[in-house]
Amino acid sequence: MRSVIYLFIGILFGIIMYKSEASSWFRIYEMFQFKAFHMYGIIGSALVIGIIVIQLIKRLNIKSFYGEKIHFAPKAKSFSRYMYGGIIFGLGWALAGACPGPMFTLLGAGYLPIIIVIVSAVIGTYVYGLLKDKLPH
Amino acid sequence: MNWIFEPWPWYVSGPLIAFIMFLLIMVGKNFGMSSNLRTLCTICGAGNKVDFFKFDWKTQRWNILVAVGTVIGGLIAAYFLSNSEVVNINSDVVSKLNDLGFESAGKSYLPTELFDSNDLNMKSIIILIIGGLLVGFGARYAGGCTSGHAISGLSNLQLSSLIAVVGFFIGGLIMVHLIFPLIF
Repeated sequence: MRSVIYLFIGILFGIIMYKSEASSWFRIYEMFQFKAFHMYGIIGSALVIGIIVIQLIKRLNIKSFYGEKIHFAPKAKSFSRYMYGGIIFGLGWALAGACPGPMFTLLGAGYLPIIIVIVSAVIGTYVYGLLKDKLPH
Repeated sequence: MNWIFEPWPWYVSGPLIAFIMFLLIMVGKNFGMSSNLRTLCTICGAGNKVDFFKFDWKTQRWNILVAVGTVIGGLIAAYFLSNSEVVNINSDVVSKLNDLGFESAGKSYLPTELFDSNDLNMKSIIILIIGGLLVGFGARYAGGCTSGHAISGLSNLQLSSLIAVVGFFIGGLIMVHLIFPLIF
């Protein structure tokens, strides 16, 4: 049953990613040109609501659908890994015009060359694993 | 119901993305798509060579299912919930892209210059490979991507995620403004 729920959440997410045009290479380019509010509106409104939702869950001590306590893992403190990793990610995001969510969306939407991007992203992740201990974190 | 077939405006899409994060939190999980790239490495056997990939991938099975759902969602949206694939970007951006050689700007969902499966040239293949490598490497180095940092992390007021998102934008701006003029 839980598997069906995860699949369903993913389906909804894929539909949103496609219909919002957040999976469009053009929208990403336009965002980095600061020529439209669209992408900023998407991220900004998701964020405002997200902050309120998480604060409510924390303050009201809301339990999960299964009655379990909800745990928010804080991100490890660092500057270099987030800044360097972030810049490298941003370079790729603008070049391929897709971050990991939209990559999967575009595969379903039938843009087969995105397979090249997905396979490369898996290899990029593997290369990070190889070099992890040599990088500043 | 016609609005469903039109592109969805930001004030519909953004709150729905927050809703996805909410659903995942409420089933005891978290919203982060790039973790799946690491899990895929592990499924392919990377754990035998590199410790970073040595974990029981079945603990991440739920997130792989979310990713499979995302593929299905993309299929449903593109084939059953859309009557046009044109993305109406700003007209200045269209002319800028035309100058760079992207004739498909303002006429399609993705640039056919990079994503046309019938007409893939060496240059576009290399661009897609480098783009993918950077996304995969950078996401894991930064410990998350747009969903994990820009949505989940910032919603939880994590300073680390703010640094990562600033990084995303520095990288994106360098690519679009400094590197695009050199490669296109």
